[in-house]
Amino acid sequence: MRIYADNAATTKMSRAAIDAMLPYFEEIYGNPSSLYSIGQTAKEALEEARKTVAGAIGAAPAEIIFTSGGSEADNQALISAAALGKKAGKTHIISDKIEHHAVLHTLRRLEKEGFEVTLLDVGEDGIVDPADVENAIREDTCLVTIMYANNEIGTVQPIRRIGEICRKHGVKFHTDAVQAVGHLPIDVNADNVDLLSGSAHKFHGPKGVGFLYAKKGIRLTNLIDGGAQERGKRAGTENVAGVVGMAAALREAVDRMPENTAKLTALRDRLIEGLSQIPHCALNGDRENRLPSNVSFCFEGIEGESLLLCLDDKGISASSGSACTSGSLDPSHVLLAIGRVHDVAHGSLRLTLGEDADEAQVDYIIAAVKDVVEYLRGFSPVWRDLCAGKSRFIL
Amino acid sequence: MALYSEKVMDHFRNPRNVGVIEDADGVGEVGNAKCGDIMKIYLKIGNGIIEDVKFETFGCGSAIASSSMATELIKGKPVEDALALTNKAVTEALDGLPAHKLHCSVLAEEAIKAAFKDYYDKNGISYDPAMFAEPEEEE
Repeated sequence: MRIYADNAATTKMSRAAIDAMLPYFEEIYGNPSSLYSIGQTAKEALEEARKTVAGAIGAAPAEIIFTSGGSEADNQALISAAALGKKAGKTHIISDKIEHHAVLHTLRRLEKEGFEVTLLDVGEDGIVDPADVENAIREDTCLVTIMYANNEIGTVQPIRRIGEICRKHGVKFHTDAVQAVGHLPIDVNADNVDLLSGSAHKFHGPKGVGFLYAKKGIRLTNLIDGGAQERGKRAGTENVAGVVGMAAALREAVDRMPENTAKLTALRDRLIEGLSQIPHCALNGDRENRLPSNVSFCFEGIEGESLLLCLDDKGISASSGSACTSGSLDPSHVLLAIGRVHDVAHGSLRLTLGEDADEAQVDYIIAAVKDVVEYLRGFSPVWRDLCAGKSRFIL
Repeated sequence: MALYSEKVMDHFRNPRNVGVIEDADGVGEVGNAKCGDIMKIYLKIGNGIIEDVKFETFGCGSAIASSSMATELIKGKPVEDALALTNKAVTEALDGLPAHKLHCSVLAEEAIKAAFKDYYDKNGISYDPAMFAEPEEEE
C-alpha cells in the first residue's frame, strides 16, 4: 500500500487544476501585458482567477496580488506593514513562537533593522491566547502577525478574536493562512484580517504560486521591482498557468470543503484514537481546535528520522520535527514551544491526510506506526533505561 | 539521489549485532537524548579478540547504520584492531554519509572506545588516557 500522508508539506495537484492550466502553456501563452488577443485572453484569465481567489476569502479582487508562494507573501506582508509602521514612528511587532520560518526569519531581519519584536508563548495546547496579544499591544505596535493554522501541530488559532483586538487598537493584523486556505472557511472581513498569505500547492494547486491579500488602502512595499504587473506591487511577467491552476484548485477546495472537512475529521479522529493506544505517546496540539487533516504525535524512546525511514519502507510518506530531519541540532521550534522537551521532541511524527484517504488506509497507518515504534524501541537504550526505571517517563 | 547510500539503508533496514550482552566485559554509552543520538556498545573480549559485540541505538537512520557497521568491522578482530577503528573507516564502509550526518560515525567510534575504557577500568588494566581522548571529526 502506498499512502501519502504529508499533505501539509505539499499536495497532489487536482485534475481540475491541471486541466485548467494546460491551455495556458500551448495555446494562450501570450504575455498578459501584450495588447494582441492571446495576451489579452491571458490577462482575462488572470483577472478571472483573481476574482476566484478573492471570493474564496471574502476579499475584493483588487485586494489580491499574486506571488511565487506563501513565503514571498509572508515576507511582503511583514515588510510592508513594518515600512508603514516606521513611517508613523511605530516599530513594535507582535507574533508568536510557533510561526513558520517565513515569518520568524523575516521578523529577525526586521529586528536587525531596528524593529522590536515580541514573540508570544503559546499554551501547551499550541494556541495563542488573545488576551496575551492584547496585553502585548503598545502605543508603538504597528503589526500583529499570527498564523491561521500551524503547519506542524495543526492548531487553529482564534483569528477572529485576535483580529477584533487588533482592530480595536488600530494595529494591522497579518495572518499566514498557508495551511488554512482551502481547508477552513475564511472571511477576511469577519475575521478582521488586514493581510493574509496563501499558497496554491497546499490545496492541490501547483507549486511556485501563491497570493497576498492586502486590505484596500494598505500600501505594499515591493520585494521585486520592475514592470507594472500586479498594480506595480510585484514585478515580473505573471505565472498565468500557475495562477489559473491555483484558482481552479481553490474553487474546488472551497466547493468541497463541507464534505472534505466531515470526512477528514472522522479519519483524523480514528487515527488519533488508534495511535493513542501506543504506550508513552502524546498528541501534539489541541485535540479540538486543529486542522481536519493533521495528526501529530510524540513517541518516547525513539527518534523521528528512523521512524520516517521505516514508515517509508512500509509505503507511508510522513514527516517529523526531529533534529535529524531538520538538518539542525535542535528539534522543531514548535514542539519546544508547546513544552515538549528535546528528548521527546526528537520522537515526533506528523501525518497529514489527503481527501482521498479512507478508513483502510488509516488502519494500515495505525498498524504500521505501532509496529515501527515497537521495533525501534526494541533496541533503543533510552527506552531500555525508561523501562528499567533508570530514567523517568515523560509521556 | 537518495539521502543515504544503499549500504546505509541496508544496515538501517537489517542492522547487524543488535541487542545486549548480559555478561559483557565492557559497555560504552555515548551521546545524549537531547541532541538526538545515543549509542550503547557491549563487548565480549577473550584471548585478545572481540568475541562478540552488540549495540543499542536511539537515533536517526545513519546512527543506526553506523552502529551496525562499526560492530561488523570489529567483530572477531584483535583488540588492537578494534581500538584503531576510526569514524572515517565506518563512513567509508557505509559508502559515505551526508555531511551533516558524519557525527553519527564519530559516535560509533566513541562508543566502542568507551566500551574498551570500561573494560580496562573494570579489570584494572592500565592504559594511556590519550587513547580515549575525544576523536576529531574526519571528512
